[in-house]
Amino acid sequence: MIETETLKVGKPLISADAISKTYDKGQVKVPVLRGAGLSAQRGEFISVIGQSGSGKSTLLHVMGLLDSPDAGEVFLDGNRIDNLAPAARDQLRNHVFGFIFQFYHLLPELSLLENVMAPLMIRHSLLGFWKNRREIREAALQITEEVGLSHRLRHRPSELSGGEMQRGAIARALVARPEILLADEPTGNLDAETGAGIMELLQRLNRDQKLTIIMVTHDESIAAQAHRTVRLKEGRIQGVAWEDAA
Amino acid sequence: MYKLLLCIRYLKTRYIALACIVSVMLGVATMIVVNSVMAGFSTEMRDRLHNFLSDIVIESRGTEGIPNADVQMDRVREAAGEYIAAMTPTIEIPGMMTFTDPWSGETFTQPVQIQGIDPAGKASVGPLHDYLDSFNPVIEDGKTVREPLRNPGDSVGWELTSAGMEHRRRNQERRRMYLREIQSLGDSLLPGRKPSGSASDSPDFDTQPAPQQPGSAVAPQEAAPSDAPAAVPDAAAPEFDSLLTQPPEQSPEPSSEPSPEPSGEVNDMPGDSTGGNVFLADQQPQDSIREEPLETRVYIGEGLVSFQVRDEETGRTRKVMMVQPGDDVIFSTVTAKRPPEVTKFQATVVDSFRSGMGEYDGSIVLMNLESLQKNRGMHRNNAITSIHIKLHDYANAPQVLKALEQAFEPGMVSIRTWEEKQGLLLSAVEVETAILNVLLFMIIAVAGFGILAIFYMIVVEKTRDIGILKSLGASSSGVMSIFLSYGLGLGFVGSSAGVVLGLLFVRYINEIEDVLSWITGRKVFDEKIYYFFEIPTSVNPWMVFWVAAGATGIAVLASILPARRAARLHPVRALRFE
Repeated sequence: MIETETLKVGKPLISADAISKTYDKGQVKVPVLRGAGLSAQRGEFISVIGQSGSGKSTLLHVMGLLDSPDAGEVFLDGNRIDNLAPAARDQLRNHVFGFIFQFYHLLPELSLLENVMAPLMIRHSLLGFWKNRREIREAALQITEEVGLSHRLRHRPSELSGGEMQRGAIARALVARPEILLADEPTGNLDAETGAGIMELLQRLNRDQKLTIIMVTHDESIAAQAHRTVRLKEGRIQGVAWEDAA
Repeated sequence: MYKLLLCIRYLKTRYIALACIVSVMLGVATMIVVNSVMAGFSTEMRDRLHNFLSDIVIESRGTEGIPNADVQMDRVREAAGEYIAAMTPTIEIPGMMTFTDPWSGETFTQPVQIQGIDPAGKASVGPLHDYLDSFNPVIEDGKTVREPLRNPGDSVGWELTSAGMEHRRRNQERRRMYLREIQSLGDSLLPGRKPSGSASDSPDFDTQPAPQQPGSAVAPQEAAPSDAPAAVPDAAAPEFDSLLTQPPEQSPEPSSEPSPEPSGEVNDMPGDSTGGNVFLADQQPQDSIREEPLETRVYIGEGLVSFQVRDEETGRTRKVMMVQPGDDVIFSTVTAKRPPEVTKFQATVVDSFRSGMGEYDGSIVLMNLESLQKNRGMHRNNAITSIHIKLHDYANAPQVLKALEQAFEPGMVSIRTWEEKQGLLLSAVEVETAILNVLLFMIIAVAGFGILAIFYMIVVEKTRDIGILKSLGASSSGVMSIFLSYGLGLGFVGSSAGVVLGLLFVRYINEIEDVLSWITGRKVFDEKIYYFFEIPTSVNPWMVFWVAAGATGIAVLASILPARRAARLHPVRALRFE
């Protein structure tokens, strides 16, 4: 159900305008996004739905600065961020955005705890990490507890179940307290029950911590659990649909 | 921090990287072992060459030598005295040595380099004590088989040891007994002859082949060691033990039956005072055997008069000396006349020496300088052919060379350092070492390509992880440095292991050689072929360092390409990588 309070009028936290992106597959150019746009207010939970190949993941990647658009702009808090230097993009990705993917991509050589601490390890230099190691560890322990994985801290990803790994990925994405969580098919690889658990976690985080979530999915029922759904078809936004009683 | 953590984890978990480590390790170990062994050989060889040659050698142009050794040495002292630690005059001349092998009874002649020396002087410019057999114990298989015959603290001279005198006496006894048999046989065969009980008869051998007076006839004759001077009109007439001037001696084969047949070839030298009698045998070295050692004394190089005998039961090889201290040998060489004339003379062997250099031990005899001078007719003007000089500090050699060149008339002498004299041999070793190093470094380069290949595969394998890292905000350079430090870590581990392995190998190289010889059934390092009994090694710490650093460097270099690939991966494509 949608709560109208989340629809704040005013400046969006993040907005992507008229994003176009074409992939070069050898001889053929595949236009994935054709002037798609999306904006989210702080604390919104938005789902982007479309079929595979509709470019929804690409839109997510562009917004999270994992990819650059051929045309269009991305704004964060009114500031343009898609044309920044690589170092600045890396910083933003580390501080502002959190990513989770359909395949959980935990680093196999690290334990769960180390995986969760990874963004902070990246953020700090060796010396900085050493100085702040207690706080960093604390933050990791806390977020791990929030996702319910405190009992699996020392395990390697190979020893975790699918649901646990996705929770771990969520913990990793959130340990650095990002403002925006970008989720690419977070339940795509999970069974219905585990998937429901993940969705429940996401909703709780969104509700309790006002975490802005933009989630991509191809599943209608999953998409419906967000505040609003944006439909992407052949690279274009179909229209904003609100769930309402009618 | 993530870079360090990941690098360490990759090192620990990737066993394929062990292959890289092993290849680096082997390359490093090989280089260390080979360099150490070559350096060991080179150092040993240099030492042995150097010891035998002394720092600087002044040599006369011709074999006539330069006159007035004292004056020449004064000149040297004046020119460069403050650099000079010791100096000794020598005569160096090629010649032939004739000796008899008691085992087979054969007489051999070999070419030799005769070096006339003053033992005290020679000992001051080089380690003469260490070379001479009588001053050193005989050690077989690590056990002392015979103690030194002389006190190592004594100065070196030309006296026979008591063992030598004993040997000489025994030879003479045998000779006398043999003679008596011959005499009695001869008397019984030819009753008409007057009984030749005394050995002092001057033999007339035109008609009688059989009873040939042995050279021991000479023994009671002479009171004084020096023989009747020959009627050689030269001012520089050879004296001493000269066989040209002695009464004709005939020599039966020492161990053959006293058969009446004439032996051997004819000695038909033009100046031979034996008159070319067809029944005369070759002169045998021990013909003039007498109680007293002859005036001319020599130290003989071991290699000249020894051979190896393999004991079938124990498998050990023993060295057998054909000539012992106390034996006599004959030398043929040329006098200092212009042009030279042949001269022959006998000498008593006083000692044998081993310098460790096969070349020297197999060709050099050291003779007392005064006798050589007399035998070559160089004694009237005290001529010598070379001066050996030892410096306080070899680094001063260039200055000394220059000073000496000015002290002598140009063209009269050649003045060289020992390195210049042996330049060919030394530079050959250097060139070999350089080439070997290049080749061996190729091994490490090959290891580097292995690292390149394996790392590339690892990066490919890690593509998605790299995508994740980038999505978390890791920079491209950060990702690159993960793999660069991975290469550094691998190189370091491999090099360290290689250093340890290499040094262990060097330390136990002789034991390893024993095992290899046992396995293959042949002696891998045969001291008969090489100059040394143990494989000489010399580890240079800088060499070890540079080899390890070079190998690590190659490992890092090899990881650059894969690391760059990792850095350049596009995050999205990386994430989607199957």
